[in-house]
Amino acid sequence: MSSQTLLSAEQLSRRFGLQTAVQSVSFSVVQGEVLGFLGPNGAGKSTTMKMLTGNLAPDSGKVIINGIDLLADPKAAKRHIGYLPENPPLYRELTVREFLTFCARLHGLSNKLIQPAVDNVIERCGLQTMQRRLIGQLSKGYQQRCGIAQAIIHQPDVVILDEPTSGLDPIQIQQIRQLIRDIAHQHSVILSTHILPEVEMLCDRVQIMHQGQLVFSDTLQALQSQRQHAALKVAFRSPPSVTALANLPGIINVETINTQQFRLHFSPEQDPTDTLLHTAVAENWQLTQLTPEQDSLEQLFTQLVSNETEGAAA
Amino acid sequence: MWLVARLECYRLFMSPLAWVLLALVQLLLAYLFLTHIDYFSQVQGQIAAIPGAPGVTELIVAPLLSNMAIVLLLVTPFITMRSFAEERRNESLPLLMTAPLSVAQIVIGKYLGLLGFFVLLLLLLMLMPLSMLLGSPIDIYQLAAGFIGLLLLLSSMIAIGIFMSSLTAQPVIAAVSSFCLLFLLWIIDWAGQSDSAGSNVFSWLSLISHFEPLLRGEMFSADIIYYLLVSTAFLLMTIRRLDSLRVAS
Repeated sequence: MSSQTLLSAEQLSRRFGLQTAVQSVSFSVVQGEVLGFLGPNGAGKSTTMKMLTGNLAPDSGKVIINGIDLLADPKAAKRHIGYLPENPPLYRELTVREFLTFCARLHGLSNKLIQPAVDNVIERCGLQTMQRRLIGQLSKGYQQRCGIAQAIIHQPDVVILDEPTSGLDPIQIQQIRQLIRDIAHQHSVILSTHILPEVEMLCDRVQIMHQGQLVFSDTLQALQSQRQHAALKVAFRSPPSVTALANLPGIINVETINTQQFRLHFSPEQDPTDTLLHTAVAENWQLTQLTPEQDSLEQLFTQLVSNETEGAAA
Repeated sequence: MWLVARLECYRLFMSPLAWVLLALVQLLLAYLFLTHIDYFSQVQGQIAAIPGAPGVTELIVAPLLSNMAIVLLLVTPFITMRSFAEERRNESLPLLMTAPLSVAQIVIGKYLGLLGFFVLLLLLLMLMPLSMLLGSPIDIYQLAAGFIGLLLLLSSMIAIGIFMSSLTAQPVIAAVSSFCLLFLLWIIDWAGQSDSAGSNVFSWLSLISHFEPLLRGEMFSADIIYYLLVSTAFLLMTIRRLDSLRVAS
């Protein structure tokens, strides 16, 4: 696979009044890659995406799309991006087909190519049954699909999706994720989310933003190895004493949830699951639950942020 | 650019507002048209004896066009309020901003789309005075001058409305503020009627004072340039405003 850089941002900064929304953020996306932007609400994800698509002018920094400077030649650069903002930009009084036809024209597709392109995205986004309906009457999930269809109709090199699954029900989320996976076969995708599992399911590379700064940028594997503390949630019908659990090899800390449930923290190098099982059977503790727990996103953030400050101090 | 214009016009016709306005404006002016005809038929006998008395065109067409100007003043803010305020409220502006279009193309596209709608409305309205051709000859040239005057007046009013619409994300505020500005530019002429030194300036600023000569069938390049200047100035201000939306915090 050729790894041509399709989009690169250099030292992007943006302030709103006194508040710094994004501070010298640099990154790049290569062809065929899915880049996940992860961060809590207000971390600057949407602001960054608006700057990447020319909807917001950065205070300083540069965006290069397919070798074209977005700020110097916006018209040429914008041909290579498709963008779905947080709220899909739709004209509610048009039908799905009318809207997509308009979008195809807007992106400068020639008359001959418009109908095939519209048919193609309608099929890819599963909108066949809805194509004659008014957008205003569609459910949120279908509106979201319409928004995605609009972003990919002109076959852009980079598709930028801002929280594509927010506000949808679980089934719709599944469908949209499937759709994004399909899109990733043909386009490079940048997507933002505050849901960690979503990134794990979809992305090749992860960038974590916190308070306008990139605190982490690496592959998904690296992210998983970053999560140092691991825990097991266990429950027993006839629970042993806390000391008995704490004496098991590898256990760092035992947290008592209630009389029967415990959370066992252990260091990742020494997984105590096997020992725990053997001991539980031997001692007849009657194990009823054994759930591996990973750090929540919040813990991960605090950890990454504290790592960052420690790194800076050292 | 033409695409944005086409979409704007098409979306207008998708909404009931455009149809309702077309119908009501037509109805209102048809009624006024009838009153003018009625009045004319009453005084016809008396003025027939006076040599050089005003004819059909002066007594029916000119007042009707003047009425049209006032009705259009009331109506334009309701149509132009949608252009940018609604897009911003629905957050659909990123669609146009992400597309390979310049801001100028978006603004001029919207302007042309709205102008297209009003030209259609104007043509429908023109059928009324033209229908008089069935019964009596009228001064076609005076009518044409009036038509051009209305067109220029509309062009300025749309540009002002679009600018006001780009200032706010609330369509209603856009409508009210553009109505106020238009009305102010309309009545500023009254200040120009007084004899004080600066009054000419006010009179020159007024939208209506440049329309009246055209209504009489007199085309001055100064009047035409005034309307073109107003339209261009407000469109340029809209472009600046949208540009600054990306920069402002």
